[in-house]
This record gives sequence, structure tokens and C-alpha cells, in this order.
Amino acid sequence: MSQPPLLEVEALSRRFPVRNMLGWKIGSVRALDGVSFKVRPGETLGIVGESGCGKTTLGKALVGIHRPSGGRILFEGADITGRSRAQRRAVAPKLQYCYQDPGHSLDPRWTIRRSLREPLVAHTALSPQDRDARIAGILEQVGLPLTHLDLYPHELSGGQQRRVGLARILTLYPRLVVLDEPTSGLDVSVQASVLKLLRALQGTFTLTYLFISHDLAVVRAMCDRVAVMYMGRIVETAPTETLFAAAKHPYTLSLLAAIPDIGGRRVTDTFTLAGEPPDPARPPSGCRFRTRCPRAAAVCAGSEPPLRPVAPEQSVACVRA
Amino acid sequence: MATPGDNLLEVESLRVSFRTEAGTARVLDGVNLALRAGEIMGLVGESGCGKTTLANAILGILAANARHEAGRIRFAGEDLLTMPRRRMEDEVRGRRITFIPQDPYGSFNPLFTVGAQTFEVMKWKSPLRAPGAGRGIAGFLSRYPRARRRTDAKAIAQMLRAVQMPDPAAATGKLPHEFSGGQRQRLMIALALLPQPRLVIADEPTTALDVTIQAQILKLLKELAKSGGISVLLTTHDLGTAYEICDRITVMYAGQVVETAPVDDFFRRPHHPYTVRLLDSLPRPGRALSEIGGEVPRLIDPPAGCRFHPRCTRATAICRSEHPPVTQLASGHEVRCYHPLTEAAPP
Repeated sequence: MSQPPLLEVEALSRRFPVRNMLGWKIGSVRALDGVSFKVRPGETLGIVGESGCGKTTLGKALVGIHRPSGGRILFEGADITGRSRAQRRAVAPKLQYCYQDPGHSLDPRWTIRRSLREPLVAHTALSPQDRDARIAGILEQVGLPLTHLDLYPHELSGGQQRRVGLARILTLYPRLVVLDEPTSGLDVSVQASVLKLLRALQGTFTLTYLFISHDLAVVRAMCDRVAVMYMGRIVETAPTETLFAAAKHPYTLSLLAAIPDIGGRRVTDTFTLAGEPPDPARPPSGCRFRTRCPRAAAVCAGSEPPLRPVAPEQSVACVRA
Repeated sequence: MATPGDNLLEVESLRVSFRTEAGTARVLDGVNLALRAGEIMGLVGESGCGKTTLANAILGILAANARHEAGRIRFAGEDLLTMPRRRMEDEVRGRRITFIPQDPYGSFNPLFTVGAQTFEVMKWKSPLRAPGAGRGIAGFLSRYPRARRRTDAKAIAQMLRAVQMPDPAAATGKLPHEFSGGQRQRLMIALALLPQPRLVIADEPTTALDVTIQAQILKLLKELAKSGGISVLLTTHDLGTAYEICDRITVMYAGQVVETAPVDDFFRRPHHPYTVRLLDSLPRPGRALSEIGGEVPRLIDPPAGCRFHPRCTRATAICRSEHPPVTQLASGHEVRCYHPLTEAAPP
């Protein structure tokens, strides 16, 4: 607690223009709208939400793939929001983004060796021998044999591709890694081995994770704290145990109610949340969840509820919670 | 495993192989499966275990390099594999057996309205269409009789309400991209149920959807199947999905069925070591993560004996040489293993 946060995000926003057929801007989608949170060194913060809620935009804005429309990002105490490309390069090795599907983000025409070498060439001044030594060391850490260096991405299984994606980032010894859906599309048995690996690597390399996922069971197994997003805003943050035991926001409660509980009650017998998220270009007034919320009242249509603390470490953006 | 009687679908020792550059891959190797009328059966397994191939074999839409080597697929008393192609197209595929695809994005033509595509299906697959109608020159002149079209339009409107489409009247005039993923999957369910099938094959119908939408769609599918007395063969890699809506569950591993059981018995007392390890690899609170070591074998040169033995902690000499027979445990619980988890671990 006393440690300064590794990453601090203040009122971050990102708008994407909506254009009509002639290319005129006719509005904007607020993919991120006033998102604030802190990440402490060594912790794993989970970002949870359904598709289109802005969790990937958030991850990409943090590492500079998207330029934020407003707000500040402080990394190791320094503001990195308005920096130029050249200035950002100094931070880039320490703040890395792990793509959702390495099967698509690895160059299909490059061998694994070449893919792993590229970040070292771009960001370090290592000699070719030192580069190869570091690659070999990292490859061992992610549990791949050296023989795989000369293979192409399509020759690897999904789980092995994820390992290469991780190795590619770890060669730079980052401090914070944004993991975007690190296990989506994997079989459960492979998922378990990738999650175990992520935990082991966190210990070996003293990493801090921002763990983006839609799978609450995985988040529960991996994260120290969780932030729940809905339509570009954080609606609830809490330590993982608190969130699963005593969530306050109605959206969080619906998400929790939708997880199949093998051996327990069946979700299909009890699940009640109707409807789908509204069009992000035209969000409802006031609380964005009120159109689907079972507890919505007149007051919810007024103004957007701010995130307010309700318990130690737990904040909720809901007037009725 | 199949018992004659009230089974709607019986797959008996089905063998399907694919010719590839590297050799012949035996993707289905002696698969047995029985599905009763009105039952929802979950077909569970990791990618590459053959569940999609089995679904395609039942629908008769295997790829060109697939070879059917042995076995039978009996549907309502008839062997689908020996049925003439014309009859299969005219009476079975898309009418008595329909299909819900995994990806509702890729399954609509983006250039035509949903209504046009629905009527195109109903033109050929409507329950009102007599087999063989609409072929030849007479058929060419009036392929979709107006009276039938009117009746079908009513059925479509009713079905769109049944799948809880928001604003069903306007839905038919919209293009596929105007619907969300969940709504498109609702449309797919509507299309699969409109021909009034007896069996629906659903191939991972909720994999591409968010959890809250997945819960809605599964609930809908279960309610519609149960109220219509329709059998469903649901392939999935997600054990949670299978737990939600299935009556019975069959587990496949490397092209073979390893365990079949009623749903509650299956999750309470899994017997096959593979099933147990699969259940253990689900992340659950208060328990360490456990993985299945090793990888799914290549089907070109699968291991001898039990195909799971290289990854199995209970394997003994017999597992490495002999293919295990099916053992009946409790009622309806069958397992293909020499050392199921009812007995103590072998020394």
C-alpha cells in the first residue's frame, strides 16, 4: 500500500469518430470515458467486461498504440501521455502489450527466431551473440525447446504460439505487461498450463500484469484486484475476493450470475438479465446500464454516477448500490 | 453402446479418415453414439478430437478428402450413409436434421436482407413443401407457390417472436450487419427451427458470444428444444455450457468416445481419467490450477492401445497394447478404460 503505484491512469478517454458515407464526421463513440485507476507494482489487475466495453482500447491506449483523447497516464511517476514517438521509445520496453491471438500477430513468414530477435534489435544495443543467448534463456523460461526457434508460427499449436508471444515481450524485461485475453480460444487443459506459466513468469521476472479478460473464472484464479467495465467506464473496482463475495453494482452481479457453476444451480434456470448493450454511439443518458438494469429508477436517468468508495478498496459507480 | 428402440439417432462404429499429405488421419475411429427423441446431448472434447467431423458426417457434408470407412448412421430407422443423395437433400438435411453454426457472423450473406435469406431457406426446406416439389420445368415456373409463401411468412413472424427478436416485424427487412452477435445467433436458431426438424446439430453455438448473451441464448435453445420435443446434439469444448443444458454428455478424445453419462452423474462421478483431468483443468476458486500434461496425439499415427495412455497417470502395460472395451458402470454410464476411477489406482 505504501509503495507508489507503478501505473496511474487519470480520467483517460478515447473517442473514435463515426463517419457517414461521405466521410463526414457525424458523431463519436466514446470507447473510453473518464477511466481512472492505479496499478501497484507486482499486482495483477483484472479488467473485465463484455465485447465492446473498451477493455482492449484501454490496454492499447496505455502502451501508446492508441493516442488518448484526454486524461493522463503516469508510468513510474512520469506523465507519458503527451510524449512524442521518440520519447516514448524509452518507456516502451518497460510497458509491453501482449496481443490477443499470437497466431495472427506473429509474422507468418518469419521464423520464431526472427520474431524473437526483432524487439531486441529495436530496443537494445546487444551484440548478436548476446541477443541469441537472451532469446535462448527466455525460451527456456516459457517452456519451449530450442528446436522451435527455426519453426514458423503455423507449425506451432495454439498454446505454443501464446508462449512465443510471451517470450517476445519478456526478452525486453518489461515491468508492466498488458495481457489482452491471454487464453481466449484455447482448450481448458491448455488454458490451465498457460495460466500456470503466467504465474511462474510473474515471479521470475517480477512482473505487474494488467489482465484483460471476459472470463470471470480465469480472472478469479489470476487477479488480485478487478475493475469491471461497461460501455467505456469502470463501474466497479474491488479486490478479487470482495468482488466475488460482495459485488455491489447490478452489472457486476449479472456478470457473476451468468457464469456456469458446474455442480450447482443452472444459470439457464435463473438468469434474468435481458437485452444487450445499447449502441455505443448513442449511450443512454445518466447511468449507461440503466436500460438493462433490474434496479433502475428515475434518478438513474439524471447524471452519470461517479465511482465512489463503498468499502475499503471497493468503489462502485451506482447511486442505488 | 447403442441400444435399439426409441433412439432417434444411432451412430454405430463409425470410421472416417482424411487423406492428407502426411498420411491418412483416422479422425473418427469406431464412434458409437445414441440420441433419444427429445434429448439434448452434449458432445465434449478439445479441439481436434473429431466432434465437428462427427457432426458433419451426420449431416452428410464431409470434405472431399474424407473417406467413410465403416459403420452406420441410423436416423429414425434409416441409414443416412446409404440413402440416395437426392433424398438426403430433399427430406433430411435442412429439414429433419438442421444445423446451428458456431459463427453467426460468417453464416449470413452480407448482401441480402435477413428476410430474403430466410425465405430462400423456407422455399426449399419449409415443412409444407412436398418432397421433390419445385424441381424440373414445372417447378422452375412457380418454385415458391404464393399460398405456401404466405403461410411460411406467418410461421417466420411467429418464430422470430419465439426467439425473442427485438422488433420482429422490422427484422426481416434488415441486413445481417445491423444485428448484434447475440441477435444473429437468435436468427440462426430461428432458421434451424423453422423447418420443424427432429434433430438440431448445434456446433459450439455460444463460443463467440459474451457470458450474459451466452446465458440468454442457451436458455432460449433449451426452452425451444424442450417445448418442441426436438433432439439436440450440441458440440462444445466448454464443460460449463454442457452442464447448463444437456441431458447426457459424451466425451470424445482423439477420435474416440471415452465416456457417456447422464449429466448429473457425469459431473458428480466422472470415471475416465481424461474426463477427470479435463474437469480439473477448469479454474475454480480455492484450488490450484492443474493441467493435462502432453498434447493431443496426431491422428496420423495415434498411439497403440488406449489413445490417452501417453498422458494418463493411471496407464499400465495393458493400456499401451490393447484398446480398452466399453464398461457399463451405473445405469447409462459407460466408460472406455481399463482403470476407471471407480477402482483404486493401479500400482
